[in-house]
Amino acid sequence: MQIHSWGRYPTTDATLHSPRSASALRQLLLDTQQTDTGAKTAFDGIARGLGRSYGDSALAGNIVQTRELDQLLAFDTDTGLLTCAAGVSLDTILHCFTPRGWFLPVVPGTRFVSVGGAIASDVHGKNHHLDGTFGQHVHSLRLLLPDGEVLNCSSSENSALFHATCGGMGLTGIIVDATIHLRRIPGSAITQRTLRSPHLQDVMERFEASAASTYSVAWLDCLARGPALGRSLLFLGEHATDGLFKAPRRGGLTVPFNSPAFLLNRYSMGLFNALYYNRPVNSQAKQRIEAGQYFFPLDSIAHWNRLYGSRGFLQYQFVVPDAAALAAITLVLQRSSAAGKGSFLSVLKKFGPGNDNLLSFPIQGYTLAMDFKFENSLLPLLNELDSIVLDHGGRLYLAKDARMSEATFKRSYPRWAELAQLRAASGADRVFNSLQSRRLGL
Amino acid sequence: MKNILVIGANSAIARAVSRLYAEEHCRLFLLSRDAEQLALQKQDLQIRGASEVDCSAFDANNFSVHEAVIDQVLDTFGSIDLAFICHGSLSNQAQCEDNFDSALQEFNTNALSVISLLTCLARHMSVQRSGCIAVITSVAGDRGRQSNFVYGSAKAMVSTYLQGLRGRLFKSQVDVIDIRPGFVDTPMTHTLKKGGPLWSSPEKVAHCIVDGIRKRKHTIYAPGYWRLIMLVVRSIPEFLFKRLKL
Repeated sequence: MQIHSWGRYPTTDATLHSPRSASALRQLLLDTQQTDTGAKTAFDGIARGLGRSYGDSALAGNIVQTRELDQLLAFDTDTGLLTCAAGVSLDTILHCFTPRGWFLPVVPGTRFVSVGGAIASDVHGKNHHLDGTFGQHVHSLRLLLPDGEVLNCSSSENSALFHATCGGMGLTGIIVDATIHLRRIPGSAITQRTLRSPHLQDVMERFEASAASTYSVAWLDCLARGPALGRSLLFLGEHATDGLFKAPRRGGLTVPFNSPAFLLNRYSMGLFNALYYNRPVNSQAKQRIEAGQYFFPLDSIAHWNRLYGSRGFLQYQFVVPDAAALAAITLVLQRSSAAGKGSFLSVLKKFGPGNDNLLSFPIQGYTLAMDFKFENSLLPLLNELDSIVLDHGGRLYLAKDARMSEATFKRSYPRWAELAQLRAASGADRVFNSLQSRRLGL
Repeated sequence: MKNILVIGANSAIARAVSRLYAEEHCRLFLLSRDAEQLALQKQDLQIRGASEVDCSAFDANNFSVHEAVIDQVLDTFGSIDLAFICHGSLSNQAQCEDNFDSALQEFNTNALSVISLLTCLARHMSVQRSGCIAVITSVAGDRGRQSNFVYGSAKAMVSTYLQGLRGRLFKSQVDVIDIRPGFVDTPMTHTLKKGGPLWSSPEKVAHCIVDGIRKRKHTIYAPGYWRLIMLVVRSIPEFLFKRLKL
C-alpha cells in the first residue's frame, strides 16, 4: 500500500507487516520468500513505530510495524525502571505513570512516538541542555539481529551495538523491548515563564543566561527580517511542586482533510507570526500550565500535517556549534526569509553536549527547526541551506530528513563509517534498509 | 464494576477494553488460546493498574470444556460482574460458499461457541441475580450482504439469541448487551483494504464499548454513527439491495 511518514513526503509503495509478538517478529526475518526467479531472499526492510519521523527514514519496500508490540513488561516502583515492548507509545507511558508521580526523562515535541522510534532517532527534548537525549536514559534494550538472534544491549553490555542502535535509525536491527529510567517529578504541571526577544542575538543570550532552567525552547519568527531577524518568544519551564499529578490531556481539534496548500503563504504566515510574537506577554509572571500544553502543543491538533496540503512538507532541522551559531542561523534565516519561505512554527533550542551514539543528532550548540511546505522551488533552497550549515560545522536531523545528499550526510556525520562497518559485519546491511539509508549510502 | 471475565482476550478490541478496565483497578480473568500472549497481557494489565489478573488458555471451539472453564472463573472470582465475549474470526466468504466444512467452522467459532458459553453464563448469572453479559457481534449481522453473509449470519444468530436472552435475564437483573462494531483496524481484518473515514482504531471502539456498558445500553454500535449507517442499509428495498455488490 501507499505509505508516507509525518511530512507526507515522500510516498512509497510498501508491504506492511504487523507482528503480534516478539516471536512473530523474529519469524519474519527467518522466513524466506519465493521470488519470481525462484530464488529465496531474506527480509529487506525497516522497522516503523508510529510514523512520526518526517521523511523517509521509516519507509522501505517492507515495513515492520511495531504497533502490536505494545505491552508494558515490568515496572519497579522503587527505582522507576520501566521495561516495555518497542511499540509502546510515550503517550501510553505518560498516561499510566504521570498520575503516579513519574515522568519520562526526555520527551520530544509529540508524545505519539513509540519507544523503539524514540531510541532509533535518539530524540531530544526541551531539557537537552541538562539531560541529553532519550538514548541516554535507556538502561538496556533487546535487539533482534539479522540472523534472528535477540541480543541484550546496554552501555556496558554489547556497548558498540548499543551506541550504534541508539540513534541508529533502525539500521542495526529491530528493537524488541527496552528498559528505560522514569523520573520522579514534584508535580505534573509546568510553571512557565515567557520571555520576548527582539532579535536572534538577544534570544541566544537569554538561552545562555537560563541554562539552569530545566526546560527551555523558543518559538522563532522565521519570516522577520532586518533588525527583527530571529525575534522570538522563549519559553522556560519547571515542573510545578504542588504534588498534583495528571496525565497530559488527550483529545482536542482535528484537521479532517488536506487543506488547500495555498492558504499557507508568506502573507498568511507573516501575519500569524507577527500576531503571535506581539501577543501580550508578562515576562516576570510565572504561568502554571498543563504538561501537555507545554511539551506537546501540536498534539492537541490531530493530523496537523494536513495543513500543508496534499504534497506535504519538509521539516528542516539543523544544529550548529555554539561558536558559529549566530552567524549560521542568521544566514539561514536571511536566505529563507528572502525566498519568502518558512512557516508559523520554527523552533530554536540550545543543546548541551553530544553523546557517544554514532548517528545521534545533537551536538553542543543551537538547533533550529523550520517547516517548509513542499513545492518544487524548495529543494534548491534547502541545498543552499545545507552548505551554510555544513560550512559552519553543523548537521541535519536524520529523523526529519527526506532529501539531503549522501555527501552532505557523510561530511557531517563523521562516524557513519563505523556504523557501515558494523552493519556489514552483522549482515544488517542486507536486511535492514530504508529509503533514507539507501539515499545516504549507508 | 469489579470482576470481569474476558473471553477471546487476545483480540485487539479485547486488549484495548481490558486496558481501560485495568485503569479502573478491576479484577480481570482472561481466556484465550495463546498462552504466551496471555502471560504478557497479564503483566501489562497489572502494571496498568488491574487489581488482579488471572488467565487460562482456552479454545472456544472446544465446547466440552466451557462449563468447566466458567466454573473455574467462578471459583476464582466468586461472582462475575461483567462477562465480555469477544472471540471470533473473519470468514473467507468465497471458501465458505464452496465448502460447507469451512462454513461450519465459522459458525462454530462465531456463533455456536458463543451460544454455548452464554448458556453456561446465563445459568450462573441468573442465580447470582446481578451482572452484565456483553458480546461482540457485528454490523455485518444487521443485513445479509453477498460479500460476507456467512460471517454476517453467524453474527446475526448471536444478536437474535441475545435479544431473547435479554428478556429472559431481565427479571434476574442481569443486563445483556449486544456490541456491534463497524470496520475496526485489527489483525482480524488484515486482508481488507483499510483507511478512510469508516475505519476506527481498536482503542476508539474500546472507549465506545466501555462507555456503552457503563450506561447499560442494549445495543452498542461502535462507533455510534454505525447505527445510522445500518439504518440506511437496512431500509434499502430488497429488489434494489440484491443488485448491489455490497
